[in-house]
Amino acid sequence: MADEHRDIDAVTGTATTGHDWDGIRELNTPLPRWWLWLFYATIVWAVGYWIVYPAWPLLTSHTPGVTGWASRTAVVEDLQGLKAQRGSMLDKLTSSTEAEIAGNPQLLDFARAQGRVAFADNCAPCHGAGGGGTKGYPNLNDDDWLWGGKMADISLILRHGVRSGDDKGRQGNMPPFGGRDAILKPNEISAVADFTRSLSGLAPDQGADLAFGKKLFADNCAACHGDAGRGNRELGAPNLTDKIWLYGSDKATIVQGIQQGRGGVMPAWQGRLSEPILKALTVYVHTFGGGEKE
Amino acid sequence: MTQLEELVRQAEVKPAVAAAPPVTPDDDDDIPLYAPRRKIYPQRVQGTFRRIKWAVLFVTLGIYYLLPFVRWDRGPNAPGQAVLVDFPNRRFYFFFIELWPQEVYYLTGLLILAAITLFLMNAVAGRVWCGYLCPQTVWTDLFFAIERFFEGDRREHMKSDAQKWTVSKAAYKAAKHFTWLMVAWWTGGAWVLYFSDAPTLVKDLATGNAPFVAYAWIGILTFTTYALAGHMREQVCLYMCPWPRIQAALTDEYALNVTYRYDRGEPRCSVKKAEQLRAQGAPAGDCVDCLQCVHVCPTGVDIRDGANLGCIQCGLCIDACDAVMSKLGRPTRLIAYDTDINIKQRLEGKAPFVRIVRLRTLLYAGIIAVVGGIMLYALATRDSEGINVIHDRNPMFVRMSDGALRNNYTIRIVNKRLKSRDFIIAVEGLPTTLVDFIGVSPRPDGRLLVNVGPDRTREVRVAVTDYGATPPAASTTILFRLIDIDTGEVAETRDHFFGP
Repeated sequence: MADEHRDIDAVTGTATTGHDWDGIRELNTPLPRWWLWLFYATIVWAVGYWIVYPAWPLLTSHTPGVTGWASRTAVVEDLQGLKAQRGSMLDKLTSSTEAEIAGNPQLLDFARAQGRVAFADNCAPCHGAGGGGTKGYPNLNDDDWLWGGKMADISLILRHGVRSGDDKGRQGNMPPFGGRDAILKPNEISAVADFTRSLSGLAPDQGADLAFGKKLFADNCAACHGDAGRGNRELGAPNLTDKIWLYGSDKATIVQGIQQGRGGVMPAWQGRLSEPILKALTVYVHTFGGGEKE
Repeated sequence: MTQLEELVRQAEVKPAVAAAPPVTPDDDDDIPLYAPRRKIYPQRVQGTFRRIKWAVLFVTLGIYYLLPFVRWDRGPNAPGQAVLVDFPNRRFYFFFIELWPQEVYYLTGLLILAAITLFLMNAVAGRVWCGYLCPQTVWTDLFFAIERFFEGDRREHMKSDAQKWTVSKAAYKAAKHFTWLMVAWWTGGAWVLYFSDAPTLVKDLATGNAPFVAYAWIGILTFTTYALAGHMREQVCLYMCPWPRIQAALTDEYALNVTYRYDRGEPRCSVKKAEQLRAQGAPAGDCVDCLQCVHVCPTGVDIRDGANLGCIQCGLCIDACDAVMSKLGRPTRLIAYDTDINIKQRLEGKAPFVRIVRLRTLLYAGIIAVVGGIMLYALATRDSEGINVIHDRNPMFVRMSDGALRNNYTIRIVNKRLKSRDFIIAVEGLPTTLVDFIGVSPRPDGRLLVNVGPDRTREVRVAVTDYGATPPAASTTILFRLIDIDTGEVAETRDHFFGP
């Protein structure tokens, strides 16, 4: 046996381990000794790791490690660092008007980036991810604004809302003309609806009495929507002559609106979002593409 | 001839792995699983290949240590350092080239070139990289020179190591390690200079005002240089580096390698015996077994065992052997760049040959030419401006109050010039469109120009409104054309205009 261990393989000149499988012998090519020391070093390193960092689970807690490091506090510190990094830019947003922000490319980029995140978190559930809107929730990309599309108009609604219960917010709604009080009878509502559709060039129903509808419109609707139906931004009365319909342009939807009234609510965000974020959101919405010049 | 064939057979079955020391089991039942380190004391040598190695060492280390201080004037809007990796501003400067992060594919091209060049060197002359150019070899060579300066040449050093510690021995050793550390420290110091303005950083480092990361990297590289070049040395080549393994698989029988010409060297015998044998007309080899080739070897292998993993083919054994052969009055180049084929050719009385031009080398050279050509072409014709367009995802299109359709895009304009430029953006593909830049005011003359600062990008929102008589299709391909109004340079990109 002993001699077998010192067996030198003739072809390679290397010693074998003495293991022999059907004549196939295993060469012994030893690792360098320092490799072994490196292995021991990693074990020592691991022990050091236990001491320095949280490591061993205990019954109700764990070994804390001498540095007191924890991933939770690390995240908090990271976020504080991020805040400090953004601080100066956020301060600039606070101290600038929306128009100044829009006029400064660097501030505009920052405001849009902040606005994008805030919009996705707070506004997208109703207005859609890109402000595209849906039935009852205005599209913020187009040039049709119920309450005006200048920076100040957007800012006011964002801060105080529409029919939100905030006194500074926008009030006024579309009253119901049908139902129990019955200002208008069903046939009158139908005639007004036909006339309303005709204002924006939509084809009225066959046999519609547009003259009757026009008279009813002048008596009941023109106070808010204007004689020509162009709307009134002070009251949030939509322009009925354009191609944009918040709830839809089919007759049934318009009849429903006249009958039951309309009054969607935009909540007030002042106090819920910080000042720089409110400004960033204003600028962000204004730069969707429909924002009106001052 | 049978006698020669017998010699060849003997030469071929010599142990191939010289790095593994002879196995001496502790006892009969225990075989060693770990090999102890055998300290190598390479002897000083002079000759052609030593001179080449010195030249390569001075040139490569000279470039490495001094390049950060080379200045290159790029004007006021860019740094004036010839080679600079500017991480904070995400730019890489190399003399007249400035690369942006999105052009990192040049790095891919460089890596391909480097790999294929390595293969080509290997196909022509074996481990040229290992022997002359590898940083591990170059720094180890420098550290060997320092070691010999303080502790003497091989014999003196071995003797001193075997003796008891004395004050002078300790002093010499301390001086050696101090000098090693200084070189290692300066190696790390030069490294960080590639990432910041070199003269400023040197001043900051000296006054303690440099960023922590600079000191950390200097520390790391000081440690790695000191450990790898001072202590690990041939162990890196033998156990850590993957290239010897890959190299062995890539090489072929025509590659020139540092080769012991056993057709000439065997049978080994002393000078006196060789003379006697020759006088009798019997064959006598030129190898006098003086072991000079082994003593000068930086990895401690015996080249006479044939090509093996431990040999980095630095050619120092050629110099050592040539010196001995010259003294003995025998022809030099008993060890030389040669092939096994040639040895067999000579044994058979045929003429040796060197075949550098062959399918393998042509293929490698071809790949180098193609990749290099593509890179040069791309570099020479690359645009100094660019336009990227992202269509709004939601909403896909907007109906305006007058019934027109509008699509919104976010456009990023790239200006790679080191000066501010004015651009105009034209949209083609729809009959009647209005292009509106959100947040860009018209100039006094009414033109809508987008100004992009030097070496910058700028993001602009663009609203494209279609006023065509017929509504556009669900998707129309449109072209965005960015035009520099001063030079007329154009960049284009395609996108879509969506409708209901």
